[in-house]
Amino acid sequence: MPKGDWRRLFAVALLSWCVLTATAGRCLGSQALKKASLIPQWEPQAQFAGYYVALAKGFYAAEGVDMTILRGGPGEPPSRLMAEGKAQFGTFFLATALLKRAEGLPLVNLAQFVPHSTQLLIAKKADGIEKPADLAGGKVSLWGPEFQLAARTFFKRYGLTVEPVPQGFTVDLFLRGGVAACSAMRYNEYHAILNAGLDPEELTVFDLGAHGLDLPEDGLYTLASVLAADPDLCRGVARASVRGWEYAFAHPEEALDIVMSHVSAAHLPTNRMHQKWMLESLRQAMTGPGDPLGTLTRLRYQAAAKALGAAGLAANAPSYEEFHVPLP
Amino acid sequence: MSPSLDVRPTRGLAFKLAVCILTSATIIFTAAFAYYYRSSKDMLLAAVRDNAQNLLRRAVSRLEAPLSAIERVPQFMALKLGQELPAPADLDRDLTDFLTANPDVFGAAAAFEPGVFHGLPRYSPYFCRKGEAVAQVGLGYEEYYELQNWYLVPKVLQKAVWSEPYFDESGGDIVMTTYSVPVMGQTPAGPAFLGVVTADVALDWLRKQVGRISLYNSGYAFLLSRSGVLLSHPDNRLVMRESIFSRAEQFGSAELRALGRRMIAGEEGFARLPDFILGKPAWVAFAPMRLTGWSMGVIVPEDELFAPLRKLGREVAILGGAGFTALLLVIAAIAAHITRPLSRLAATAAEIAHGNLDAPVPLAAGRDEVGALSRSFEQMRLALRDYIADLTATTKAKERLESELKIARNIQMSFLPKRFPPFPEITSFALHADLLPAREVGGDLYDFFLLGPGRLLFLVGDVSGKGVPAALFMAVTKTLIKGNAEQESDPAEILAKVNRELCVDNESMLFVTMFLAILDCDTGEMTFSNAGHNPPARLAPDGTVSWLALPRGLFLGVMEDAVYRTATVTLAPGEKIVAFTDGVTEAQNPAQELFGTDRLLTVLSKAASMPPEVLDAAVMQAATEYAEDAEQADDITVLTLLYRGSDPA
Repeated sequence: MPKGDWRRLFAVALLSWCVLTATAGRCLGSQALKKASLIPQWEPQAQFAGYYVALAKGFYAAEGVDMTILRGGPGEPPSRLMAEGKAQFGTFFLATALLKRAEGLPLVNLAQFVPHSTQLLIAKKADGIEKPADLAGGKVSLWGPEFQLAARTFFKRYGLTVEPVPQGFTVDLFLRGGVAACSAMRYNEYHAILNAGLDPEELTVFDLGAHGLDLPEDGLYTLASVLAADPDLCRGVARASVRGWEYAFAHPEEALDIVMSHVSAAHLPTNRMHQKWMLESLRQAMTGPGDPLGTLTRLRYQAAAKALGAAGLAANAPSYEEFHVPLP
Repeated sequence: MSPSLDVRPTRGLAFKLAVCILTSATIIFTAAFAYYYRSSKDMLLAAVRDNAQNLLRRAVSRLEAPLSAIERVPQFMALKLGQELPAPADLDRDLTDFLTANPDVFGAAAAFEPGVFHGLPRYSPYFCRKGEAVAQVGLGYEEYYELQNWYLVPKVLQKAVWSEPYFDESGGDIVMTTYSVPVMGQTPAGPAFLGVVTADVALDWLRKQVGRISLYNSGYAFLLSRSGVLLSHPDNRLVMRESIFSRAEQFGSAELRALGRRMIAGEEGFARLPDFILGKPAWVAFAPMRLTGWSMGVIVPEDELFAPLRKLGREVAILGGAGFTALLLVIAAIAAHITRPLSRLAATAAEIAHGNLDAPVPLAAGRDEVGALSRSFEQMRLALRDYIADLTATTKAKERLESELKIARNIQMSFLPKRFPPFPEITSFALHADLLPAREVGGDLYDFFLLGPGRLLFLVGDVSGKGVPAALFMAVTKTLIKGNAEQESDPAEILAKVNRELCVDNESMLFVTMFLAILDCDTGEMTFSNAGHNPPARLAPDGTVSWLALPRGLFLGVMEDAVYRTATVTLAPGEKIVAFTDGVTEAQNPAQELFGTDRLLTVLSKAASMPPEVLDAAVMQAATEYAEDAEQADDITVLTLLYRGSDPA
């Protein structure tokens, strides 16, 4: 069970290795490389393929950045690592970023990658759940506060009272019948449920984006202080990340190879098919019409800020200009 | 003889016999073998299924036994904790003791809801093995252990659960499963969830246990979690990473996915595995582990499964092949034995057919049908030889007889005048006669000669009977008439004299019918007599046909004192007398109907104006045409006299 110790050790080891290689190797080639660290909001998976690809293909180095991607996970929240100065860059859902900012962490959006909500609520038809009203009075497992926004709006819209249950890192509780419905990302838990033997036609899937709030999700963030100190670095990281995503979607198999190398290094119990599903789902979410890769539109930002404010989660949202650094 | 008899059969009876028997035997053997093979396969499969399932059940209970034993301590501790929460040191000691006493348990923890344990926000002591020792270890995620499955699931389900296996990263690639028992406290409001007591089991030994299970050479066992993840597999890279469903997705196999669904649903079964798993056809037997909700499977490659059957099949096929070869030889030998005498018989028969009846038939020794055939054939040959010898002799005798008959006929015919017109210098009459002899020597006769100037005697007769005696009798009759006619000029007298002479020593009782007439060429007066002959036709110059009225008279040669009379008519110039024998009127067609006088009259009417020779020919033709191809029974004789009138010169 003890995970944190090892993980910290890993991070430290990785950091020191990076420092060593940076001083020993990179300095010889290019003295201009600036060191930086990126912390994804979860463990290595295709959700962050663009960053891993940008690193592997040298897009960060091309921007003059000696990038280190730290291993994320439940014990390593980007907000904490960035506050502690262990990472300069992190990924957040837009709602999470606004919440953290309201809590005092001055996050700045450098690039918005997922312009839509991919959140779902999944129930089993076998439990008699076919429409939202069937959830009334049932247990529904939900993630933390910033991920509950859409679900709670969904319940409110249909006038449902449900019993929320904390959702862990897997869908085991749902699979074992502990809850009537569980939260799921289309690119992750939905496929995990399919891969636990349930067929799509056995499931009732509520697309929260379609039912409640279509909140933008993954984006690349830094701290206002980092941006102020080195705007070039920040723009370089954003540019390289966008390039990484473009490359990943253009070369999915190569991207998967890169992702799987990170997955294997982290000994994660996942497989290539799941990562392939994830990459494809993300491609669909990220390359829709109207939202150029990496941009956060004013409209989407304002809608999200308003929704959070209305939910009483983040009352004083910053202005669009203050929050978002447009892509160079 | 037909040349085809010499053609030897290219494919003999022995060959056909062997082919027929062998083909039938092959079909029967193949069908029986196919049925046997199929049935054996099904039986073998059923046996393997039973065997595999027994093996699985044993393995499952062997794996579940220690897990079942491990469950008791956490259950006991949870019960105790629910009643009273101890001091932290006592809880630590209990957990340590638990680990010390249970070497199968890797780690143990007690974790509580915030504020429950002596008012602490979180409390979760965790002990696990560090080498030989037991040590307390921080969970590493104390601030959110409520979200871990080992805590969350028993809390929500309010019952003890075995977690899905997961990697324990602090132990270094050790897969473990955690058994968690909820601690339920009693409050005035009812039972309340206080926390959980857990026991971790490293799955390493479990995997080793499973790894040892195998069927046949390359068959292996594997373990699936309740969500289909591979917990044990010979390929360690798949373990905990791949699930049966991810493999199914990767290979696009709905079949494998269906199998996975059956397995995680807790079914027990035996199913065909998609070929891509082993790269060859294979079967899988599977059984559930009730305690953990996992499923164990054993994969058996089909080629190994059916290897003994295939080996046996090959042997049977080889034996069958050898048997068929032997059978072929035996059949060939038997067939040759049976057909050799037949062949010899056939050769002899061909020789006999060529006429060599002296070729001895080879006698088969056996008492079988071929032997009987040979004997019959020999008897037939001998009988045929005798018969042909008889036939040859008979034929020779017959030929001789026929030759003599022919000569006799020639002699007989030579008696008859053949030269026409007979008296070219006489113009007052014209005469023509024709005799169409029957096959045998017959007795018709005709004759004509002049009895001095101006007097013509002519006659038509028919001797009874046939053959040489009749011919001789006819010759005698003709000679007698000729002799008597020189002395007598009255037809009746002539006949009477001839009759008397014929009656002498006529022991054979032959007789002659006769019409005899003497014509006076100058006056046309015709005197005539009759000895039992049929009346001649009289054709008037205008073509009218009538029968000449004849005086009665008995045929010659029977009664010595028979009386004959002479009648007289005078012929008008142009008038014709047509005398004939009963060969004309009694000519028979194939239906054995007689030609008759009516037809004769018709013919005579039509040909009345014709010269005598044409008229004779017409009568002959009508009679023979009427007979068609019926054999001519009697001589046919026609004699026609045309009186032209006295010679003006």
